[in-house]
Amino acid sequence: MTSALLAAKGVTLQYKTPRHLVTATYRVDFSVHQGDRYVILGPSGCGKSTLLKAVGGFMPPAEGSIRIREREITSPGPDRMMVFQEFEQLMPWKTAYQNVIFPMKVTRKFASNEAAERAEAAIAKVGLTEFRDIYPHMLSGGMKMRVAIARAMALEPDILLMDEPFAALDALTRRTMQQELLSLWDQLRFTVLFVTHSIEEAIIIGSRILLLSPHPGRVRAELDAGGLDHTSIGTPEFGTLSQRIHALLFDNGQGARA
Amino acid sequence: MNPQQTPPQRPELEVKLADTAVIGDVERPLTLYERVAGNDAAQRLTILVALIVVWEIYARWLNNSLLFPTFSETVRTFGKDIANGVLIDRTFTSLRTLAIGYAFGLAFAAVFTTMAVASGTGTRILSTLTAMFNPLPAIALLPLALIWFGLGTPSLVFVIIHSVLWAVALNTLSGFRSVPETLRMSGRNVGLTGARYVGLILIPAAFPSILAGLKIGWAFAWRTLVAAELVFGVSARSGGIGWYIFEARNDLDTATVFSGLLTVILIGLVVESVIFRAIETRTVNLWGMQR
Repeated sequence: MTSALLAAKGVTLQYKTPRHLVTATYRVDFSVHQGDRYVILGPSGCGKSTLLKAVGGFMPPAEGSIRIREREITSPGPDRMMVFQEFEQLMPWKTAYQNVIFPMKVTRKFASNEAAERAEAAIAKVGLTEFRDIYPHMLSGGMKMRVAIARAMALEPDILLMDEPFAALDALTRRTMQQELLSLWDQLRFTVLFVTHSIEEAIIIGSRILLLSPHPGRVRAELDAGGLDHTSIGTPEFGTLSQRIHALLFDNGQGARA
Repeated sequence: MNPQQTPPQRPELEVKLADTAVIGDVERPLTLYERVAGNDAAQRLTILVALIVVWEIYARWLNNSLLFPTFSETVRTFGKDIANGVLIDRTFTSLRTLAIGYAFGLAFAAVFTTMAVASGTGTRILSTLTAMFNPLPAIALLPLALIWFGLGTPSLVFVIIHSVLWAVALNTLSGFRSVPETLRMSGRNVGLTGARYVGLILIPAAFPSILAGLKIGWAFAWRTLVAAELVFGVSARSGGIGWYIFEARNDLDTATVFSGLLTVILIGLVVESVIFRAIETRTVNLWGMQR
């Protein structure tokens, strides 16, 4: 594995509000390799979600480039499936199963009987077989999130983009979902780009962590966090890394405004 | 300040879960009365029956069939005209005109909304036109329609299109606008663009508003049609339900006027509470987009 799966070079992102031109990130570089659990971590206002949208192809960079498999990203595509923070990403007019199979049907990536099998398998993997014919409004927040993850993974994208997917869940469900994500990764070894504002979540989920400082988002550090998960909470290594991240993000006189 | 600020020490507690069998009714079927009381259709039916009883009593007390025929007399006339085919024929004529007008209205609304979704200019064109024409009563256009298209179905179709088009277009557009950004993004994420994006994401997502528009459009169209047919009285040999009412009024046959009005109401009820209701339960209610 010589070249990176996803490479961002000097990415500056700007968007317009009715009154201002906001620079969300400034000349950010990073690269994600096959099989990475790559976490972008930073306080609010560091442009991490905007960065993920740019990778998703929803927003062209003002400067720099983002490439996936050596190809410039210009528009959204099913090779980069996104899981959003909000629950309304599922289509309310489709059952859990129909939601999962929908991208496979639309993209025609798989033959229809194979798509059906894959959808069943994905739903089983996230433990929702009993709920496959239920409409999203009858599902809890955590279940909706699992359907969204199943939908994204069933399509087998090159990279899974997750925008604070567990932020709107209660703490207990979030913990379970983090564990489930990790055990799914153990089975399938997909590549995921994960955005969060929680240091703890970043260490648990991530194998590699990119720290962004706010206003505008710039790279502060890139750290290794492989081998640390829920079981290591409370160990000295976890504490040290957490302290180090905290220091990098907040103790340079910049974080206070976030 | 109260010196006893700290709460008292209490022993800790761990309890074995009680056997649920003791609770009894965790789930039980509802009794007949409970089901009827909670049934929308049953309640509506009760209201209808009550109205009919009040009507019958009042008309009998008034005892003047020229001014206010009884319910039974109205139903008898209604039955007679159904049996001899007059009313069925008239209703069929009206419904056919309505269907043509409604279909054209929806087609134009689709064109306008597509235009509005595609570009900012389209949106401005549609909102300006809607603001201008939506408050304009369709009947007010009838004289103009008569000059342009003459007596007959084309004029009726024209005014029906006018009454359907703006209501449906306005509702559909506002429905499209209120589709959540996340849902749009998850549609574009799988590579949907253009017509497939509109058909697979926007239309179902905006379906509650679209359906509301269809209902309003239907009510406007039906109302407009009956009113227009009343104005038309003159030439129509195969007139519609409005003509049936008009004719009866000329003969001072009030029971027949009532039976015409009853037909208008019945068709309204059937469309509203059978057809649209069925669409609702199969779509927006099932999807939890509307309670």
